[in-house]
Amino acid sequence: MAMSTLQQPDIEPKNVPHIVDEGDYDEVPLYKKRDKVYPKRVSGRFRNLKWFALIALLGIYWVVPWLRWDRGPSAPDQAVLIDMDLGRAYFFFIEIWPQEVYYITGILIMAAVGLFLATSLFGRIWCGYACPQTVWTDLFMLVERYIQGDRNARVRLDKSKWTLEKIWKISATHLAWIVISMATGGAFVLYFHDAPTVMVDIFTANATFGTYVTIAFLTGSTYLLAGWAREQVCTYMCPWPRFQSAMLDDESMIVTYESWRGETRGPIKRKNLMRGEVPETGHCIDCHACVNVCPTGIDIRDGLQLECIGCGLCIDACNEMMDKVGFPRDLVRFDSVQNSQLRSQGKATRVRIIRPRTIFYSLLLVIIAVVMMFGLANRSVLELNVLRDRNPLFVALSDGDVRNGYTLKVLNKEQAEKTYVLSLEGIDATDFQIIGLTPNQDGTYDLDVAPDRVGSFRVFVAADPQTLDGKSTPFEFTVTDKETGNTETYDTVFAGPENDR
Amino acid sequence: MSTKVEKDQVSGTDTTGHEWDGIKELNTPLPSWWVYVFWITVIWSVGYWVVYPSWPTANDYLKGMFGTTNRTELHETMASVAAERAPYMERLAALDVSEIANDSELLNFSMAGGKAVFADNCAPCHGTGGSGNPGFPSLQDDAWLWGGTLDAINQTLHVGVRWDANEDTRFNDMPAFGRDELLERDQIEDVVQYVLSFTDRATDAAAADRGAVVFEENCASCHGDDAKGIQDLGAPNLTDAIWLYGGSKETITETVMNSRRGVMPAWEGRLDEETIKMLTVYVHSLGGGQ
Repeated sequence: MAMSTLQQPDIEPKNVPHIVDEGDYDEVPLYKKRDKVYPKRVSGRFRNLKWFALIALLGIYWVVPWLRWDRGPSAPDQAVLIDMDLGRAYFFFIEIWPQEVYYITGILIMAAVGLFLATSLFGRIWCGYACPQTVWTDLFMLVERYIQGDRNARVRLDKSKWTLEKIWKISATHLAWIVISMATGGAFVLYFHDAPTVMVDIFTANATFGTYVTIAFLTGSTYLLAGWAREQVCTYMCPWPRFQSAMLDDESMIVTYESWRGETRGPIKRKNLMRGEVPETGHCIDCHACVNVCPTGIDIRDGLQLECIGCGLCIDACNEMMDKVGFPRDLVRFDSVQNSQLRSQGKATRVRIIRPRTIFYSLLLVIIAVVMMFGLANRSVLELNVLRDRNPLFVALSDGDVRNGYTLKVLNKEQAEKTYVLSLEGIDATDFQIIGLTPNQDGTYDLDVAPDRVGSFRVFVAADPQTLDGKSTPFEFTVTDKETGNTETYDTVFAGPENDR
Repeated sequence: MSTKVEKDQVSGTDTTGHEWDGIKELNTPLPSWWVYVFWITVIWSVGYWVVYPSWPTANDYLKGMFGTTNRTELHETMASVAAERAPYMERLAALDVSEIANDSELLNFSMAGGKAVFADNCAPCHGTGGSGNPGFPSLQDDAWLWGGTLDAINQTLHVGVRWDANEDTRFNDMPAFGRDELLERDQIEDVVQYVLSFTDRATDAAAADRGAVVFEENCASCHGDDAKGIQDLGAPNLTDAIWLYGGSKETITETVMNSRRGVMPAWEGRLDEETIKMLTVYVHSLGGGQ
C-alpha cells in the first residue's frame, strides 16, 4: 500500500508516532491456516449422553421412512411422506395440502422458539447434541478413530511418510465416510417417495434423474461437511453461534471453567492438597485433557467462546483427571456463570429455571402450539373455492339477460369418493348450468369428487339485469356433502351492467 | 501506509497493520480454505468459457465444446414438447370434433391447447378469453352469425369470413344502402326506426310503420321476415340484445348507410387440423356453444 505520497503532514496529530515500516506489512497473515483438530476419545456422563443422542437421531433419520400408516386404498401408506407430485405432506394421522403450508410455518416457528428456550436454559445443547453437523461429525470421527486410532496415533499418521499402511488407513477412512454419506443422501429421498419402491428403483437404475442428483448432492455435502469441514462449519458458516448469545444470561447453564478454583494453574507436583494443606496454586493441573478432547479445538479455560458448541466433553475429560489426582470433580462444569461466582464467594448456588426470559419463550411456545392444535383439530375436510371470470366481467345474452362464469374448485380432503350438492342462494338466476353435468329435479347439481382430490367445475349463472342490485350482486354457492350434510359456503358476486338500458 | 503490527490491549488481538487517521484494524483472519473456494469458482468460470459459448472474437465468437446455442436449445425443447404431445395429436386427428368431449383426458388437452392457440392467434381481434370487441363478435355469448355448434365453429375456423383466398369462405354482402343510393335518406331513417322497434326503442312510431315496408322489400330476404336472422347466410338477428357494431340509433344508421364487411382469416393451412380442432373445442366451451 504505497500511499505515503498522499499523506498530509499538516493534519497529522503530532503526538502519535507514525511508524512506517514497509517490511512488516507483508508479514501479517490475513488468512488463517487451519489447525487440524484431533479430538481424543473420552468417556463419561456427557459422552454417554452424546452417544445416546447420536443413536436416537440417526435411528430416527434412517428408520422413519420405513414406518407404515394405513390411510386406506386412495392414499400412500408411508407414515412420513412429502409427495411433491401430488402436493401432499403426510405425517402419521396428519395430512397437509399445499394451501395449508402454514402448519409447516407454525412448526418452524415452534422449532425456532424451542431453540431459543433451550438455549436460554442450557446454552448450546442443540449445537452440541442435536445439530446434524455435530451428529454426523461425531459419527465420522468414530469411524476415523476406529480405523486410524486415537488422537496420538492420528497425529503420528498424518505426520508420517506415505507408506502402504498409511495409504490403506486413509483410503479406508474416506471410503467408509463416502458409504455413510451415500446412505445419508439415499435416505433423504425416501421421505419424498414410497420408500420400498424408490429403494428398488435406485438400485435398478430406474429412479428419476432428480433422485440421483439429490443423492449425489447430499452425498457430496455430507462427506465434505462431516469429513473435512467439521468445526469450520460451526465457526465460519453457521449464523447461530453469532447470535445465540442474545438468548443467554448469567443464569443459563453453560459449560464453564471454575477459574476461581483452577487458577493459578500448574503441574501437579507443585500441589500439596493431598497432604491436607491449603494449596498455593489452583486445582487446574494444566494437563490439556480438556483441550485434547474438544471437537472444535478450543481451550474452555479461556471462558465462553464463539467456537464452543457446548457438548461438555471437556467436563468428562477433566473429571477423569481430577479423580486421578484426587481433587474435587467439576472444575469444568455444566453450570451458570452466576453460580460459579457464588461458589467462589462461598455462597449457596441456585438453579433458576423460571426466569422472565424463559417464561416469555415458553408462553410464546404454548400460544403457537395451542393455535396450531386448534387449527389442526378444526381442519375442514371440505373446501370450496370460487374463481370468478373477470374477462369479461359479464356476458350480455341475446334475450337481454346477463351471464357470469365461475370456476368452482371443490376440495375433498377425505379418503372417500364424495358427492356434493351444489346450490345457489341470494340470486334470482334465470339459468344455472355446469358444463358436462345435468341438473337435478330441483335445479341443483351433484358434483362427484374423487377421494383426496380437487374437483374443478365450470359454472354459468344467468340473471335478468332488472333483478340485480346494479354492478355487483352478492350471492353464495353452497356445497353439501350428500352423506354427512357437511356444508361449505363461498360468498361471491354476480356482475352486471351499471344501469339497465 | 503501513505500520507495525501491534497487539490490541482490549481484545488481545493483533492488528493488521493498517491504520487510517489513527483507526486501526483488528486482524480476524479469514480461513484460507475460504479463499481457495473463491479460486475454485474462478477456475470453474474458466471451464464455462471452454464448454459454453463465451467471448466475442473479431468476426465471430467462441462456440464452446458442444456448439450450444439458445436456438438449438429452443429447437430441442420444442421437439421434446412435440414428442410429448404426439400421442394426443394422433388421437385428435382420428376423432371428429363432436367426439372429443367423450374423452375427458383429450378434452382437457384440447382446452389447454386451444386456450394457448387462441391467445396467440385469435385474441388480437376477439379479445383475450373471446370477450369480443366492436366489430369482432364475442364468442362467449349465445348469438352466432354463422352457427355455434361444434361443426359450424370448426367450419368457420377453416374457411374464415370474407377471406378471398379461400374458395369456401363464409360470405355475404350487405348492400351499402345509403352510399350506393339504393334507399332515400328518409327511407333509411324509417327502416332504422323499424329496427329499433324490435327492442322497443323506436322514437317515431309512424316512421317505424313506414320502415316496415322498406324492411320487407330490402332486408327481409337475408334477415328474415321476422328479422331474427338467417344463420346459413350469416345474417344477424336484429331482435335480440346483441349488436356486433353497436345498437344505438347512430350506429344502426351507419350500418344501413355503408354496410359492414368484417373479415376473419381462414385458418386452414395456417394451423394444422388438430390445432383447429383444439380451438373449436375451446371456443365452444367459452359459454355460447350450442
